[in-house]
Amino acid sequence: MSNMLEVADLGHTYGDYEAIGGLSFTVRAGELVCVVGPSGCGKSTLLRTISGLIEPSRGDVSLKGSHLAVVFQDYSRSLFPWLTVQGNVEFPLRSLPRAERRVRAAEALEWVGLSGAARKRPWQLSGGMQQRVAIARALAYRPSLLLMDEPFASVDAQTRFELEDLLLRVRREHDTTVLVVTHDIDESVYLGDRILVLSGSPARLVADLEVPLPAERDQVTTRTDEGFVALRSKVARLLNVGKPSMDVEKWAEAERESLSETVSS
Amino acid sequence: MTKFLQRWTVFAGLVAVWQLLGWFADDPFFPPPSKIVSAAWDWWVLEPENFTGHVVPSVVRLLSGWVIASVLGVSLGLLLGRSDRAMEYAGPLLVFLRSIPPPALVPVFLLLFKAGTSMQLATIVFGVIWPVLLNSVDGARSVDVTKVDTSAVFRIPRWQWVLGVVLPAASPKIFAGLRVSLSLSLVLMVISELVGTDNGIGSQLMQAQREFDYTRMWAGIVLLGVLGYGLNTALLAVERRALAWQPRSRDEQHA
Repeated sequence: MSNMLEVADLGHTYGDYEAIGGLSFTVRAGELVCVVGPSGCGKSTLLRTISGLIEPSRGDVSLKGSHLAVVFQDYSRSLFPWLTVQGNVEFPLRSLPRAERRVRAAEALEWVGLSGAARKRPWQLSGGMQQRVAIARALAYRPSLLLMDEPFASVDAQTRFELEDLLLRVRREHDTTVLVVTHDIDESVYLGDRILVLSGSPARLVADLEVPLPAERDQVTTRTDEGFVALRSKVARLLNVGKPSMDVEKWAEAERESLSETVSS
Repeated sequence: MTKFLQRWTVFAGLVAVWQLLGWFADDPFFPPPSKIVSAAWDWWVLEPENFTGHVVPSVVRLLSGWVIASVLGVSLGLLLGRSDRAMEYAGPLLVFLRSIPPPALVPVFLLLFKAGTSMQLATIVFGVIWPVLLNSVDGARSVDVTKVDTSAVFRIPRWQWVLGVVLPAASPKIFAGLRVSLSLSLVLMVISELVGTDNGIGSQLMQAQREFDYTRMWAGIVLLGVLGYGLNTALLAVERRALAWQPRSRDEQHA
């Protein structure tokens, strides 16, 4: 499988503050990779450098294919209230002829189950539906990489499950490469084919974990699966959840060692 | 219907009071509304050349001045508002220019443009451009960061960024500015007609005053009020259509 995204020694500093300290990883075509890290660890900076919104201080980001789409956490600000749902989905497609735009938008809205809401305004929909519009807009753009920034952090738990399953279905059906940035450990395990665990600021890669779960996932059975529970605990330990902060670097080193042992064994 | 009554009761009541007082006082400076209306009828309806020769040119001046100021104000405002540095340079100049009462500049415009339409237009444009310009700057700056990022990620063309994102995002503020400048246009239209011209509502007001024809003067004043009310109502209707996309709660704030 070819690499869709290659990030090499990516670093970013704001003045004196180092937000990202030398990250290297790849995302293969068709893969769904979750980036998980403690809040304020520079995940957003990572996403902004990958999406080209800011120029990284050092390192390289290379994307195969020319364009990527981003689904932001704040759907109500990301959608344009003066456009209809359909207008929003067509927003990135203005360079295409009108007929093709229509077809692509209708298609993408069908994928997310919102064909009936095409003529509505985004603010007339519930939060979960608005985020589905944002996902449809990203998909209609046919990106080589779909970036998602805490995409389900602003909706209630029930809707969150629905949206997670929607994302899994849509990306399976359309073979989309996805990179999800999240602070939610359960979500990263549930969604991901792979999980990149970051340490706190500056963000460094602590671990790159394969998720040993079948592609087909289920909100009830998957979350009680032994593999799920074990991986969740591992990620939680890596993230130092529930413990007071200590020498992160030393501890991460120890964790890495223990991991390489388990992988090789 | 009740809403209609609510809106017009006070107005009608005051007109009635004025009518009564006018009858009793019989003061030539303050004729009762009935006399004003009949004067207006004689003047503009029975002699339609007064209407086409004075009212129409005034309205044309007012509207063209306002449209020129609006187009200039919005385009310049969006440009300044989206530039990081431009307002730092232009800000003090704009505040300085805005502070000059436009009537004070009438002699300057008379020198620059000679008496006539172009001088009148210059007065109106200079007087009414500021609310549109400053509101457009403000509106253009208020495009929120997520929308800026979204547009950047999708690499939309420049025209779509300006017309499809900045302009609609700024439009509620732009409309607020447009309304202020429309009513200002009426004021400046009258002022621009006080010197160097013999047609227009303003010059007729002056003439009536000079001839001590106070009924006619009042008729002119009432006509200006009616014009202002009509223009504002028309613009509000356009605004309501143009901003129909706004979520309801904000709509209510607007009304």
